[in-house]
Amino acid sequence: MSANTATAPAKALPPRVALRTWVAIALFAGFALVPVLAGLIDDPFLLVTATRIVVFAIAAMALDLILGYGAMVSFGHAAYLGIGAYAVAILSAYGITDLGLHLLAAVMVSAVFAAITGGISLRTRGVYFIMITLAFGQMAYFFFVSLSAFGGDDGMTLGRRSTVFGQPLLEDNLVLFYVALGFLVALYAFSAALVRSRFGRVLTGTRENRIRMQAIGFAPFPYQLTAFVISGCMTSVAGVLLANQSEFVSPAFMNWHRSGELIVMVVLGGIGNLTGAIGGAMIALLLEDWLSLLTRHWRLFFGLFLVLVVLYAPGGVTGLIRRIRGGPP
Amino acid sequence: MTSLFLLQLLNGVQFGVLLFLIAAGLTLVFGIMDFVNLAHGVLYMVGAYLMATFAMITGSFAAGLALALAATLVFGLVLELLVFRKLYDRSHLDQVLATFGLVMIVNEGVRIIWGTSPLTVPMPPLLAGSIPLVGPLQYPVYRLAIIAAGLVTALGLWLVINHTRVGMLLRAGATNRSIVSALGVNVSRLFTLVFAFGAMLAGFAGAIISPILSVDTGMGESVLILAFVVIVIGGIGSIRGAFLGALLVGVVDTLGRSFGPILLRTIMDPSAASQTGRTLAPMVVYILMAAILFARPAGLFGRNTS
Amino acid sequence: MSDPLLSVRHLCKAYGALKVTDDLSLDVATGELHAIIGPNGAGKTTLISQLSGQLRPDSGRIDYGGRDITRLKMHERVRHGMARSFQITSILPGFTVLENVAMAVQARSGSSFRFFGAAARERVLNDAAMDALAEVGLDDRAHRIAGPMSHGEHRQLEIAVALATKPRLLLLDEPLAGTGGEEAENLVALFRKLKARTTLVLIEHDMQVVFALADRISVLVYGRIVASGTPDEIRSDPAVREAYLGEETT
Repeated sequence: MSANTATAPAKALPPRVALRTWVAIALFAGFALVPVLAGLIDDPFLLVTATRIVVFAIAAMALDLILGYGAMVSFGHAAYLGIGAYAVAILSAYGITDLGLHLLAAVMVSAVFAAITGGISLRTRGVYFIMITLAFGQMAYFFFVSLSAFGGDDGMTLGRRSTVFGQPLLEDNLVLFYVALGFLVALYAFSAALVRSRFGRVLTGTRENRIRMQAIGFAPFPYQLTAFVISGCMTSVAGVLLANQSEFVSPAFMNWHRSGELIVMVVLGGIGNLTGAIGGAMIALLLEDWLSLLTRHWRLFFGLFLVLVVLYAPGGVTGLIRRIRGGPP
Repeated sequence: MTSLFLLQLLNGVQFGVLLFLIAAGLTLVFGIMDFVNLAHGVLYMVGAYLMATFAMITGSFAAGLALALAATLVFGLVLELLVFRKLYDRSHLDQVLATFGLVMIVNEGVRIIWGTSPLTVPMPPLLAGSIPLVGPLQYPVYRLAIIAAGLVTALGLWLVINHTRVGMLLRAGATNRSIVSALGVNVSRLFTLVFAFGAMLAGFAGAIISPILSVDTGMGESVLILAFVVIVIGGIGSIRGAFLGALLVGVVDTLGRSFGPILLRTIMDPSAASQTGRTLAPMVVYILMAAILFARPAGLFGRNTS
Repeated sequence: MSDPLLSVRHLCKAYGALKVTDDLSLDVATGELHAIIGPNGAGKTTLISQLSGQLRPDSGRIDYGGRDITRLKMHERVRHGMARSFQITSILPGFTVLENVAMAVQARSGSSFRFFGAAARERVLNDAAMDALAEVGLDDRAHRIAGPMSHGEHRQLEIAVALATKPRLLLLDEPLAGTGGEEAENLVALFRKLKARTTLVLIEHDMQVVFALADRISVLVYGRIVASGTPDEIRSDPAVREAYLGEETT
């Protein structure tokens, strides 16, 4: 913080656009130009990678909403990716192919699942919360593994992508990419408004000091649970898009490693600022792709990278930026 | 029916005992150090792999087991010194991330060293075969030996925790961490000790299960999460809770899988029952956990978290 | 005494064999400044924690404004106009000073289940928060991040946050601890001003301040009230002198 505000007449905060918002806008603009770049260098695979990044950025951002702003380390968030993906697969199997209905089903099932599991998990904190969300995530995983009508352990291939007003628009990778990007931008705007709202303040305040919030008259539970449900629903939107992108769903989408990877993305980018989660998704997926080109055993190096980041670069990319700019990490 | 029940009950107890060996070290680490360790499952896996290697080299089950135990103890110590020690003061989030990274490293390391195809460990001749239980019912000696080994370990732990100075410190530490340091104890050495010992117990579990389970890279993960369920049910830091929780989870999981479909058949037609049963069975332990947490957020024997 | 605002009857709280609150009864009349004094370890903070609802007593009953609040949680008691400051500073360190106080204003003004509209720009919240800050003399530092500020400033902020909840009863747990000189004088002046409009329970070690401000004083020793009365009565109470005052007022 700078000293110049110390003596400034204190009225309402001046409206200012934070650096992270500019970075987010730059990222969005960069994403929007990816298809042009892909056309120039004639690499259709670039678009696929970019779509995956955008989809996971949505999920990571949703997780950041509760992890970064609410200090709720959910280790079961891949379950919502899975619910979204299976909403597409199961409804499509019954002949319902509309994207809107897929999204609606995904969001509604996720809301119920998040309300029940969150309601129980949020009765606890700290290590308990981490372990319980992990266990519930695993429960969802096993549920879909045993769902043999929809492929069981092996998953199932989708015949076609979701339709929009009956039209197979998403079959075009370019359209799918821009739809995904549209969701990312819209959900970013939604999340950014949310964290600045009254609701968001209660959430952040509880992260900062729970007892203090109770001492001024807030019961944290309903706010935390609401945030948990919102985050789960947003993640399921990413799941719907992910199923469309890969044209395949499998319980592996909701394996606990997936949940771990989502946390990795959020932390790599830096928690609690939304933009970091987007950057983190980008770094994690590109690093994965790059390492797997170099070696079959890329996981070894990815794991090593994680351990080193935690030990020597806490705060992720935003922490790094802040230290370079001379602030606290 | 009764004999099948008895059989499955014993299987459940055997599974529970195995879970206890894994959960015991984990719950102490959680309770005393307030430390989230996702890498505990890989210690179980490494124990099994080391057992496979040493049993093959020495040609003896007993020698293999002894070497595997020593090696997992060393492995645990090395991990503690290199990584865990630096994480005790960090946030839970950092701990989750770093140990998650360790899981990736060790899983991949195991693939590099031992390959991807599952290994088998020969059954020791002395413990091979079955003995009659009641009537025509036979039960494998080896599984009974696992149960015995687990119960002996549990008894040993109980004695250590209730009747030694280290045990007193552990109990105090699990209730209130600051007490232990206030007593002027070398906390860092106590942590190392607990961690390495917990690693050895998990390795022990992996080693003794290896003759009846194929040894592969995924084996640590499913037990890790069940061990979490055990700890959450039993209450963090409580060995007694871990023991009862492990037996409960082992028995409920095993019985749920074998008798769930049978029970459902009384209310629906057979094919639907077996389908529903297969879907619900793996979820039973998690539903059990949810129910217990709903009634007691700190677990059966845990201190209140609020 | 007419109907007391706060009435505590037979309150008990024990940690194992240690009785920290031992069959304690206490009345606080509307409008008075009631000081609670006692040696370290007498159970003063434990008492405040039970009054504010952070800690649940083992037995006994607390009435506030004529209704039984023994089982109400802390946030529910705040809604009924009870506020407290903490002995060990408890603020939202990453928030600005203004945001800390605006948070408290928000708690009592409308629903917080509002997902849109920047809370930082709400005049209702900021204006009331600035009023509270002006009262403790922190209005010139409203936009500073609270965490790294000085101890004295944290004490002022604590009071401002409590005031922003518009309490009918304010529980102050050693508000002057660690402050000195002008800071302390300003706070004492503030308490004198607050006396006129709200009921106060004050825990404080500085006897000069206590005897200058308090309408009534209760002396707490080993979880029990050993004496209760006006400053003059307490000063001349032989039991108090023996048990407590003798060593502190010299």
